[in-house]
Amino acid sequence: MAAAAFYDLDGTLCRTNLVHAFAYNARNQQGLLRSITRTLSTLVSVPAFMAADFFDRRLFNDIFFRRYKGESEDRLRYLAEELFENVIKPAIYPGAYQLIKKSRQLGLRQVLVTGAIDFTAIPLARHLGIDDMVTNHLEFVDGKATGRLLPPVMAAATKASWMRIYAEKEGLNLSECYSYSDSMSDLPMLSVVGHPTAVNPDFRLKNTALQHDWPIIDLR
Amino acid sequence: MSKRETKALRGPTPRHKEGDEVVYIDNDSAPRLIFSGEDILCEDLPVGTRVVYGKPPIEGLNNPGAAIRYALNHPLDADPLYAQLAPGMRVTIAIDDISLPLPPMRTPDIRQTILEILLEQLDANGVDDIHLVIANCLHRFMTEAEMKRMVGKKIFDAFYPDRYYNHDAEDPDGMVHLGKTAQGETVNINRRAVESDLVIYVNITLVPMDGGHKSVAVGLCDYETVRVHHDPDTIAACDSMMDPSRSMLSTKIARQGAIVDQHMKVFHIETALNNRMFGSATDFLGRNEDEFSEFDRLKYEAMRFGLSKLPAAAKRKIFQNIPAEYELIACYAGKTDPVHDRIIAKLNDQYMVSLKGQSDIVIFPIPFVSPYNINSILNPILVQVMAMGYFHSFYRGKPVVRKGGAVILCHPCYDEFDHKFHPSYIEFFNRLLPETRDAHKLQHKYQDEFAHNPSYIEMYRRGNAYHGAHPFFMWHWGQGGRNHVGKVIVAGAQNAHVPARMGWDRAESLTEAISQARSFVGPSASITLMKWPPILMADVE
Repeated sequence: MAAAAFYDLDGTLCRTNLVHAFAYNARNQQGLLRSITRTLSTLVSVPAFMAADFFDRRLFNDIFFRRYKGESEDRLRYLAEELFENVIKPAIYPGAYQLIKKSRQLGLRQVLVTGAIDFTAIPLARHLGIDDMVTNHLEFVDGKATGRLLPPVMAAATKASWMRIYAEKEGLNLSECYSYSDSMSDLPMLSVVGHPTAVNPDFRLKNTALQHDWPIIDLR
Repeated sequence: MSKRETKALRGPTPRHKEGDEVVYIDNDSAPRLIFSGEDILCEDLPVGTRVVYGKPPIEGLNNPGAAIRYALNHPLDADPLYAQLAPGMRVTIAIDDISLPLPPMRTPDIRQTILEILLEQLDANGVDDIHLVIANCLHRFMTEAEMKRMVGKKIFDAFYPDRYYNHDAEDPDGMVHLGKTAQGETVNINRRAVESDLVIYVNITLVPMDGGHKSVAVGLCDYETVRVHHDPDTIAACDSMMDPSRSMLSTKIARQGAIVDQHMKVFHIETALNNRMFGSATDFLGRNEDEFSEFDRLKYEAMRFGLSKLPAAAKRKIFQNIPAEYELIACYAGKTDPVHDRIIAKLNDQYMVSLKGQSDIVIFPIPFVSPYNINSILNPILVQVMAMGYFHSFYRGKPVVRKGGAVILCHPCYDEFDHKFHPSYIEFFNRLLPETRDAHKLQHKYQDEFAHNPSYIEMYRRGNAYHGAHPFFMWHWGQGGRNHVGKVIVAGAQNAHVPARMGWDRAESLTEAISQARSFVGPSASITLMKWPPILMADVE
């Protein structure tokens, strides 16, 4: 039966995260004053983002994606390629390329399972040769972001649920699949496969990986 | 004071002996000191038990530097090293990794001494394109601190990290396919070494299985190359691994070595060390207990008291921080085969003890260290390889234990693994062994999966983990012992599940283990205790 390698993105394959992407958009607003205001506002909010993320990834998503409210869809998509070339591509961990290459040599399907927004993840997935992906999607009304995410919101247990459904649909044996993540919030995504691996793990995930005897790798 | 401790304080009395190395237990013999992991047991053995000790250390060479220079200038079947050097040539010096010697020797490590002389000669001959490559094969990469300790600060500062590094068997651009033997055995070798004008191998041959063609053909190869002889059938066909003339492992490696020699110019420097594993403070551990002095007994009592107050991790740390006092007893250089033959002869002089006949029951003390757990834990798979792989193979002629006999291991068999060094061992032990202990089934069903697991490859390349396939090799290594021995009993195992998973019986104490073994092989069974460490090998008539 076929198998796949599921990757979280931010912090796992590259050192950027959702805030980097948003900050790039904030810095590239139309008009200098607007750019400065949005950038400062983002910087001030960083501690709140970190606190929210520490407690609950869904809470973080609620708070964080509200910041996109009013952004033009066209402009976000336009900036996505620039964002990839200038911010995300240089931030890809050196070991990520080799990991994906070895994984592909095993005949595993390469799947990105990320809470990042679709337009920021697509260029990166293309660059890394990812076969399939699931991301978050902003809700747009009349070409403007509402600050909400379209369900299902990819975070924590939702990632694992999506992987189960995906595996069933694609005929994959999850016990032969691999999963890679850096964050404790992705514990469900790691637990659902037969070969979980903690990548550049935070303190909590590292301890959990040690308790479960999962491999711990550092791609940095 | 207990009866046992009172006996330990008794003075020397004449014993039934065969030479200085073989002693038989009498009614009033002193108890024997037996390594059991990080502990040293003090055990009374049944009357008639044969106790085999290592030979006293051969006196080290007075001037190792002079011996090394002589070897370089008077090589066997080769031109002197200086005559092979020319300005501008590319030289790779490959070095044995931290798995040798055991435990790591006091500084300066003999490799440092050789390298200092080598680099001086290379410099004098205008050679400056030099790389130092640690020939770790699929062993873990040595850490920066270990690398520095091995070659000394001066060489480390001059070469690390660009020109002093670990061999990476998983580097997609770092290996070259040299060809196949007539039997179809693949030979892939480190690119830098292959593309060098001269490869100089700096070797420590601790046991006869090491050295020779194994140095380059294994130390600098990859999984595809090593898997052809690190398999259950090859190991089972060795009689023994430590006797190169009767070892299928050595035969296969020699075939690969011939391919290496067709494509590469190798200048082999091989060394033999004596067995002075213990310094003056602990040298009593390798001696006959009946001949202990009062001071020896005091030292043992002090050690026993100290160890009893410490947790296993602290004891491990202490033992691993005591370097061995090894001394150079031989150094030869030149072509691989003649050099290796001379070194093997010297090792046999040091290690080989003549024994008259096999035993029904043999006791293997398993110490805290193996080639694969320097600065780490001797996990259950490594206990297995020490017992069924190494110690069972430490013979020439016949195994010490008779076919179908019983082996008693002295080790706590703790269920502990080092996540950083042995991650694939954990999965092997917890996922595979409950399914099967059949080495062939494990090899065919799971070995490639582990070998190609991207996470294990990353941990090998970017961390300090043994390769994903390594626990399989360790399991295969025990195939000869498993085929030969009828029963394995672990004396003093602190849990039931580790011995059970390994297919062994468990006993609370050595006395109980001997009773169990006797009930298996018969009440009048002969018993032999092999007093490792230090290293000794049996030449069994």
